[in-house]
Amino acid sequence: MNGVHDLGGTDGLGPVPVPASEPLFGADWEKAAFGMFSMPFRAGFFGVDAFRFGIEQMHPAAYLLSPYYEHWAHTVEHYGVAKGVLDEAEIDERMQYFLENPDAPMPERDDPDLLAFVDAVVKAGAPAGRPSDKVAKYAVGDRVTVIDDSPHGHTRKARYVRGKTGVIEMAHGTMIYPDSAGNGGPEAPEHVYTVKFTNEELWGAEAAEPNGVVYFDVWEPYIEAAS
Amino acid sequence: MTVHIRTQEEIAARVKALEALMIEKGIMTTAAIDRLAEIYENEVGPQLGAAVVAKAWTDPEFKARLVANATAACAEMGIGGLQGEDMVAVENTDTVHNVITCTLCSCYPWPVLGLPPNWYKGPEYRARIVREPRKVLREDFGFDVPDSVEVRVWDSSSEMRYWVIPVRPAGTEGLDEKALAALVTRDSMIGTGAPKAP
Repeated sequence: MNGVHDLGGTDGLGPVPVPASEPLFGADWEKAAFGMFSMPFRAGFFGVDAFRFGIEQMHPAAYLLSPYYEHWAHTVEHYGVAKGVLDEAEIDERMQYFLENPDAPMPERDDPDLLAFVDAVVKAGAPAGRPSDKVAKYAVGDRVTVIDDSPHGHTRKARYVRGKTGVIEMAHGTMIYPDSAGNGGPEAPEHVYTVKFTNEELWGAEAAEPNGVVYFDVWEPYIEAAS
Repeated sequence: MTVHIRTQEEIAARVKALEALMIEKGIMTTAAIDRLAEIYENEVGPQLGAAVVAKAWTDPEFKARLVANATAACAEMGIGGLQGEDMVAVENTDTVHNVITCTLCSCYPWPVLGLPPNWYKGPEYRARIVREPRKVLREDFGFDVPDSVEVRVWDSSSEMRYWVIPVRPAGTEGLDEKALAALVTRDSMIGTGAPKAP
């Protein structure tokens, strides 16, 4: 989707706000929201690609203006409701309760397996590499062009590289294809490559900064041999 | 256009509602939430990446392995895991400066850098670092990269996680690994700053 999340090259947003220091979590609710990737992932709400697509479906103005971890709460709500595990009216009602009782305690429940899962998943991760018989169509050194289209749904084909030509710098083997998995489809692994684009290719000779390149990772269906 | 931008109070209440409901439905617990936060507050952070960099600065064979396969080299030190399942460490030199970003979301190599700062996840950095990296580094981070040095921006669009091996500062010849690690900052491994001077 051509969403506001696809920020590369957007002008007019102003300086990067860089504080001298900041806490890792700005508020207690941010800690809870941070738990809303790994734990609902374990419960089967989403993989990482679908998780991102849920965030991308926020209203663009809300996406830009909300604190980061609200994005996570949004996608959890999106999939929790879609799966019938959560109910919008129930969330609204409970939200109203916590607005009126901000210090009300959380329900108490123990789950040693979940606690063990947290430590295990941080250590082991969730690799995206998947075996596949697919033979790579391209190799390091090949010149390729990113196909210039605007697919609906989730994609990692950022607008600023569409139609641009670069050189394959690395080949990473086959990994989960976000344009399938992120849209509710199978993992459908595809070859992943790192493509190097010059600043001039991306932004034009006049706007480009001198002596620079951008590396961008693509899945094989995103590219074709450069003409 | 109708969109409601929530206040902090509303966000907190919304998240608490989701948390409470997911606790009741067997998906979350407060103990697991606290443990996950604690891991990234106290255990997994940029001190791990700094230790890897310091080892690379003092052990050329390790550095060669790190550049060839960062995931495997970090695993030698017991470092790896979530959001760093497949890592690539890119090396700064006198003629190349690297910087990482994720223009589409907030991808970041958690096992070596911990959780990203807010500015890394925010729209300004993600929008501008691919288009005008020298200007962003100079004006927003006070870090000047001369035109003679190539700027390489790594946009983490796949599940590969990139991070930067900064140049070892001058005057550190006598320092051991531990002293060197203390010079390696988070920003020097993002590419938005230099390591500290000895």
